[in-house]
Amino acid sequence: MPNMSLKKNPMPNQAPDVRNKNFDEVALGYTEEMAIDEAKRCLNCKNPKCVNGCPVNVRIPEFIGKVAEGKFDEAYGVITSTNSLPAICGRVCPQENQCEGQCIRGIKGEPVGIGRLERFVADYHNAQGHRGGAPAKPEKNGHRVAVVGSGPAGLTCAGDLARKGYDVTVFEALHLAGGVLVYGIPEFRLPKAIVQKEVSRLEYFGVKVVTDTVVGRTITVDELMDEMGFEAVFIGSGAGLPMFMDIPGVNYKGVLSANEFLTRINLMKAYKPDSDTPIIRPKKVAVVGGGNVAMDAARCAKRLGAEVYIVYRRGMEELPARREEVEHAIEEGIIFKTLNNPVEIFADENDNVNKIRCIRMELGEPDASGRRRPIEVQGSEFDIDVDCVIMALGTSPNPLIKSTTKGLEINKKGGIVVNEEGLTSRQGVYAGGDAVTGAATVILAMGAGKLGAKSIDEYLSAK
Amino acid sequence: MYRIVNKEALKPTVILYEIEAPMVAKKAQPGQFIILRVDENGERIPITIHDYDREKGTVTIIVQTVGATTEKLSHKQAGEYLQDFVGPLGKPTETEGKKKVCVVGGGVGCAIAYPVLKKFHDSGAEVHAVVGFKSKDVVILEDKFRAAASVLKICTDDGSYGQKGLVTQALQELLDAGNVYDEIFAIGPMVMMKFVSKTTEPYGIPTTVSMSPIMIDGTGMCGGCRLSVGGEMKFACVDGPDFDGHKVDWDLAVKRNQMYRDFEAHKYEEACNLFKQEVK
Repeated sequence: MPNMSLKKNPMPNQAPDVRNKNFDEVALGYTEEMAIDEAKRCLNCKNPKCVNGCPVNVRIPEFIGKVAEGKFDEAYGVITSTNSLPAICGRVCPQENQCEGQCIRGIKGEPVGIGRLERFVADYHNAQGHRGGAPAKPEKNGHRVAVVGSGPAGLTCAGDLARKGYDVTVFEALHLAGGVLVYGIPEFRLPKAIVQKEVSRLEYFGVKVVTDTVVGRTITVDELMDEMGFEAVFIGSGAGLPMFMDIPGVNYKGVLSANEFLTRINLMKAYKPDSDTPIIRPKKVAVVGGGNVAMDAARCAKRLGAEVYIVYRRGMEELPARREEVEHAIEEGIIFKTLNNPVEIFADENDNVNKIRCIRMELGEPDASGRRRPIEVQGSEFDIDVDCVIMALGTSPNPLIKSTTKGLEINKKGGIVVNEEGLTSRQGVYAGGDAVTGAATVILAMGAGKLGAKSIDEYLSAK
Repeated sequence: MYRIVNKEALKPTVILYEIEAPMVAKKAQPGQFIILRVDENGERIPITIHDYDREKGTVTIIVQTVGATTEKLSHKQAGEYLQDFVGPLGKPTETEGKKKVCVVGGGVGCAIAYPVLKKFHDSGAEVHAVVGFKSKDVVILEDKFRAAASVLKICTDDGSYGQKGLVTQALQELLDAGNVYDEIFAIGPMVMMKFVSKTTEPYGIPTTVSMSPIMIDGTGMCGGCRLSVGGEMKFACVDGPDFDGHKVDWDLAVKRNQMYRDFEAHKYEEACNLFKQEVK
């Protein structure tokens, strides 16, 4: 008999008052008993909608069935046959819009905790190591592929190709592999040891990772193909320049992009005393924006000891962030100033930020995106005293590759144009992830990396 | 890891490092910069390229010891390694099609002014140079400047060498003497570049400055290096580092560069104390 409880097994977490002062992971993970109990909530639907909701089509009921039987290793095999980064997806996917959003149990009660189970299975596997010996290494097929960027799109593409026997080299601009997984997503949401483990796994399968190499500067896509002998290239270079509001005061000291703030903290570990990288230690912070990046920045600022406001122009319901992140942020004491929009930033005589002026908003008719358009309430301006403003408004694609790659077609927003196979306007050059779509999610980038790998395999097999 | 092939103290606090980095050396051009990290806990700092040897696969930088990271760097010896060395970053300086130019360098900025000056010279321009230093004991690269510039003015703040005063005064003299330049290229402290730009503005001479704002990744991701240029937001790492000196919002740029000053001063003290302890 399935477990008919209407509620998910709750995730054991660090207490809010404790965790908002440290950078350790918030969620502690299911025990074996919790995982088996949660797995038994799955009805094993004949036509599993959850699988369609997953951008990489993990065979969800099948792996959950294995968990229910306590066969965790087999569950891992099922997941990794289509998803190469389960420990990461289990932590950062917006499950409520994907697999869990489609779950039949969610109609009356809460959906099955698919993300939590995926995380459990991956962590169980990582803790146990490879039982029954290391997995077989693929036989090399002699084809060489270059992957630009070691974020979720690049790692997925590289992993899939390496498992098929391709000789894959990943080029990373920063000094560490992982892209947004290391510079963007904080330690308390995705421990960097997990990212490192996934990178090591790819290296085990023969993927070479070359750091400190900026494609578009150190080397170009054309040189990769013409001089270095790569037969195909996958561009997963990620999002680019952060966007700022066009309001007075945006360049004062104490106004920074979420990318800068998060990079200092996550990549450079500036919160640790032995790091040489400087970081501001603000007392009161306004984070502008409502996505995952805004939540990450707000929760990092809180951990540095600040009082933190989220300023977002739509309402709580419209926050684009993953629901769990919003819940965690509220628990940790982040103050939500929704339905407000900044209009000006002020500073003292030394140009240090001292307050932000906002105007109240109300929601009007739905706009082109289907979301209700925020409208300013005339005369409703008010000030919040802050000494730091962090802009988390998304990014525009990086110009380096498009400006140095001949014949690479770009759309109006600066994203690389690809067809349904992930192929760009250049033969043998594929692309995916934020470099194509603009800022999106880890799992969508992984889906694009997967597609790129499949298309590159078809292209090179036919050659 | 990147090997220090050669290290030479040009002055006690101005040190030349030749680093083995073949990929960077292959592409480097005057006006571009690199980002380095000294060690595992190191910060990423941008340093403009002084020279490169494509055959040897090395890139040369000249660094003044001014803070914690440059202090740590100064304790690295030839044969030792740097954790990271990435580049070349930024756009190269455009030097084509100029008949007569004046290059203005201030302090260690002269290390970068020189390759730009040489490129102007090699592409056929008549080159004048104005270089400024605090005092005689920190004057660098004089012979090299003299070899490539038809007119060279050396200034020191205290008058201990060359003419006493600021580079802007020397530049003004050249302009007053009737020199007509197609372009002025200035690199050095922000305040110097600001006043060079102010000096040339009434003459309408195109003035290019090489900006060095706060930066982390150097590839167009963090947005730390943003500047206001002609009222538009620009990013030094991908749009620069060269900008029109008449359009840069200088006051803002100068102030934004001081954002982490207290932190940096504290770290510098820490680093100095650490090295002192090691000596004991």
